[in-house]
Amino acid sequence: MKFVIDDWYSAHRKDEIIMEYKGVFTPELISNLLDVSESKLDEVATPSKIRKKIYNSLVEGLQNLFHHSCKDNVDNQGAVFGAVLLIKIGESFKLILGNYTKSDNERFLTDRIEQINSLSKDELKQLYKMILNNKEFSEKGGGGLGMIDIARKTGSKYEYSFFPVEKGYIFFELMININ
Amino acid sequence: MESIVRDGTQKTPSIEFDAEAGKIEIKGRSIPENSIEFYNPLIAWLEEYSNNAKPTTEVNIQLEYFNTSSSKCILDVFKKLEVIAKAGSDVKVNWFYEEDDEDMLEAGEDYQSIIKLPFKMIEIEE
Repeated sequence: MKFVIDDWYSAHRKDEIIMEYKGVFTPELISNLLDVSESKLDEVATPSKIRKKIYNSLVEGLQNLFHHSCKDNVDNQGAVFGAVLLIKIGESFKLILGNYTKSDNERFLTDRIEQINSLSKDELKQLYKMILNNKEFSEKGGGGLGMIDIARKTGSKYEYSFFPVEKGYIFFELMININ
Repeated sequence: MESIVRDGTQKTPSIEFDAEAGKIEIKGRSIPENSIEFYNPLIAWLEEYSNNAKPTTEVNIQLEYFNTSSSKCILDVFKKLEVIAKAGSDVKVNWFYEEDDEDMLEAGEDYQSIIKLPFKMIEIEE
């Protein structure tokens, strides 16, 4: 079945939506999404400890999405095109991120996520410190530190899927549970 | 030597680097997309300060959030402070964190374990 981002997006629009967006991403837009999320989270009166973890995951997740999306596939016409939803389910939160990337990245992303998912809190801390203190730091945004940081702070395992799009592209879905 | 004083924004912290007072402060949020651009002038300032540091240098870091792209730059700030300490200034780091913010306390402890400077962890009420 052909992947259609609108269908994917609709399927995730349930429970209590705190913040949602589908379209072109720019640094300014990311700032706006962060502002909106922050004031909405204040309204739902979640403990500040959880609010901070959500905000932190949003910052890292959105900046990762922006820096690592490909800009040249069918839907986006030269811009970063993707989607984000922040959903409240009971007392828990789910952050859903989706973006297009080259099919070649599937293996790398799978390995990276599986590695992070396999590590304990203490192992994540050691890995974080090792990468932080390493001079060979990715110019693009931190040598994968963002993914490690989210896992470390939320203490939850990533859920993820890949959907084939066309012409060597896939849609990458990443879900983060925060509670 | 001129001070650096900057107001905080939604994405960048307020800065007060005062050579005369031997005081270095970073407060607020540090979540810019391009943190290298933001921190480079601060690193350059510290390099200059290291040539003429005060006998005591007080460092106050009070961050509400910082992204992983800032984390490397903050480490670079600490590495420059290590050099300043080696040059003979008594460098004291105060790492402030909000009550219940274990993640920010832990972030301070990460730096403390990498950097050879005395850290004081200070809890502040929200």
